Amino acid sequence: MSKTPFDSSVFPQRHLLGIEGLSPLDISLLLDRADEYVELNRSVGGKLDTLAGRTVINLFYESSTRTRTSFELAGKRLGSDVINMSVSTSSIKKGETLIDTAMTLNAMHPDVLVVRHASSGAVKLLSEKVNCAVINAGDGRHEHPTQALLDALTIRRRRGHLDGLQVAICGDILHSRVARSNIHLLNTMGARVRLIAPKTLLPAEAERLGVEVFHDMKAGLKDCDIVMMLRLQTERMKTNFFPSVREYYNFFGLDYSKLEAAKPDALIMHPGPMNRGVEIASDVADDIGRSAIREQVEMGVAVRMACLEVLTLNLEREAVA
Amino acid sequence: MTLKNVPGRIAYVNARLLDPATGLDAPGGVLTDGELIVEAGAGLFDTSVPEDATLVDCRGHCLSPGLVDMRIQISGRDFENVGASAVAGGVTTAVCLPSTAPIIDDRAVVEFVARAARKAGLVKVYPYGALTKGLEGEELAEMGLLAQSGAVGFTDATKAVANARTMAQALSYAATFGLLLVEHPEEPTLAEEGVMNEGETATRLGLTGIPVEAELIIIERDLRLVEMTGGRVHFAHVSTGKSLELIRAAKDRGLPVTCDTAPPYFALNETAVGDYRTFAKLSPPLRAEADRVAIIEGLRDGTIDAIASDHTPKSEDMKRLPFADAADGGLGMETLLATALELVHNGHLSLLDALSLITRQPADLLGLPAGRLEAGAAADLIVFDPNRGWKVSDSELHSKAKNTPFDGRPLQGRVLKTVIDGRLVFNLDA
Repeated sequence: MSKTPFDSSVFPQRHLLGIEGLSPLDISLLLDRADEYVELNRSVGGKLDTLAGRTVINLFYESSTRTRTSFELAGKRLGSDVINMSVSTSSIKKGETLIDTAMTLNAMHPDVLVVRHASSGAVKLLSEKVNCAVINAGDGRHEHPTQALLDALTIRRRRGHLDGLQVAICGDILHSRVARSNIHLLNTMGARVRLIAPKTLLPAEAERLGVEVFHDMKAGLKDCDIVMMLRLQTERMKTNFFPSVREYYNFFGLDYSKLEAAKPDALIMHPGPMNRGVEIASDVADDIGRSAIREQVEMGVAVRMACLEVLTLNLEREAVA
Repeated sequence: MTLKNVPGRIAYVNARLLDPATGLDAPGGVLTDGELIVEAGAGLFDTSVPEDATLVDCRGHCLSPGLVDMRIQISGRDFENVGASAVAGGVTTAVCLPSTAPIIDDRAVVEFVARAARKAGLVKVYPYGALTKGLEGEELAEMGLLAQSGAVGFTDATKAVANARTMAQALSYAATFGLLLVEHPEEPTLAEEGVMNEGETATRLGLTGIPVEAELIIIERDLRLVEMTGGRVHFAHVSTGKSLELIRAAKDRGLPVTCDTAPPYFALNETAVGDYRTFAKLSPPLRAEADRVAIIEGLRDGTIDAIASDHTPKSEDMKRLPFADAADGGLGMETLLATALELVHNGHLSLLDALSLITRQPADLLGLPAGRLEAGAAADLIVFDPNRGWKVSDSELHSKAKNTPFDGRPLQGRVLKTVIDGRLVFNLDA
């Protein structure tokens, strides 16, 4: 497959640390580029040499097979060398490790660092200490920008546009970086966002992020175009956010009876991995006509290819300048 | 810094004398002899100066009692560091939390801390005693004995006494001896995982918030316990407007309650956290703008009794971490005067009222022999220029630690000279 020439100077960011602060143009640019890569990925043996000679390091302080694999595949399909580094969670308690690791990695001259960390803001801190481009692959409860971009790409390919859509994000908003990135992206692109969750799983003053808040699934889902379910992050919950899984599923799990409130063709999404029977019913998750969950995974690779490419070309431009 | 010989007679001439204890604000002078003030007053030396005295020309700058800082932390046993920072900020008397190493819950430690700090840095350090043994919130420390040895009040430092029964017993017991308990008002379970103020900014940053209710719950509880026991309580670094409403109402009812705040809570708000700026990670957290405005009002109407620096030095290793993992606290002594003067420059307080909050009032609260320009008092003085501008820069701070929430901020008002017991211990333009 041939690749359309691309002017990286229109994407001014050195790093991709979050969606907040990106312009509609920045977002559209990444989505357009990713759109092209979807076709490449579907072709047999589709591989490019755009990033030949470049090194991408996946630095994961939290385990994540899906996101890491997706970035790895993206890097390899563009011809870069990809190195995976997992850092055990026990060693990160000593915070110096983060800066020390950054320094060590920096000395190896990677071109792109893809970082996941359990603390909000940790990826930004690291980005200040290295010379390469940094992509946030999820930091604490803060942001997960490539997830929001792949969600947006999925929606755009199904609906043709993002503006004017009514999107419901449901479940564990409090602990979700996916929700935050999606709120910023969807608001920036002109969609309308609703959050649906029990009060214990909503962050303070959530309304001020420019969303409507609901505590009742049917009321919140009414006439929605898109239903994004979130995973219950029980590993981040030390205390009682809800009385039982049974009760949670009863009131906030997505099943057909609740889904009736949304538009008949409402698209169902989930960033995965799913807890079936907890936040979503199996038959709903597997509904080929309505669920876009598998497509999201596919879009993930394309979006990450676009991000890797755009940031690397920026590095080239900087080097020339 | 070393102790010099006891100075002789020194005449401070050509000064704008400021003494919040007497309301004096007039051109005048001060005569000191050795460690004590001999004479101070308006018009002193107008006609003649004592021939045997060394003259110090204040060049029309302000001369006031040295600052009394009622809340500082000493990092481990780093007493020398405290002294350098204190005198550069004009602090001549400071009261340290009992969370030193070792913890001040024993008579011998009270004496050791006061002596060690004094020897290292000249600044007069008085210790608070631990309210409970080991600051663990369970068993009462030997408050009576500690007070006899020199502890000026009792507190569990950076933790509230979580157990209501323990606090009730502490208040009741302290009332026996007329001792003051100082509470860090923060309900621990509500604040447990929080790292900044709860609200929109925390939500945007994906950080766990500490609600204002964490502060309110302890204040409300302690006020009930004060009524129940007859003890005295002082709330440290109050940070929210609603806290002041509670304290104001309690004072109106005649309860023996006092409080202080620290400069970050009237000079900054939660937006100072910006992009995960750990220098702005404090305990209690920086609050919303409405709270900042309410704190200024509390200073204006007298609800707040003192301003303390809440000086908390932390090493770079403890601050240069992801926000949630970084330590709380900021330096405060070197910026105490200038941040208090912001209240004057912005028209909120008179110069005398602002000075009173950092000299006489904290001294009176804790019964310290400081904060006054009167014959017989210790010659603890500062000369300062309230209009001199400067910019807070970590490289110019005298503290070894550099963690100030005011880093990079332009301030107006600077200490030129600090004198403790008659000795010049800091001279900016020397």
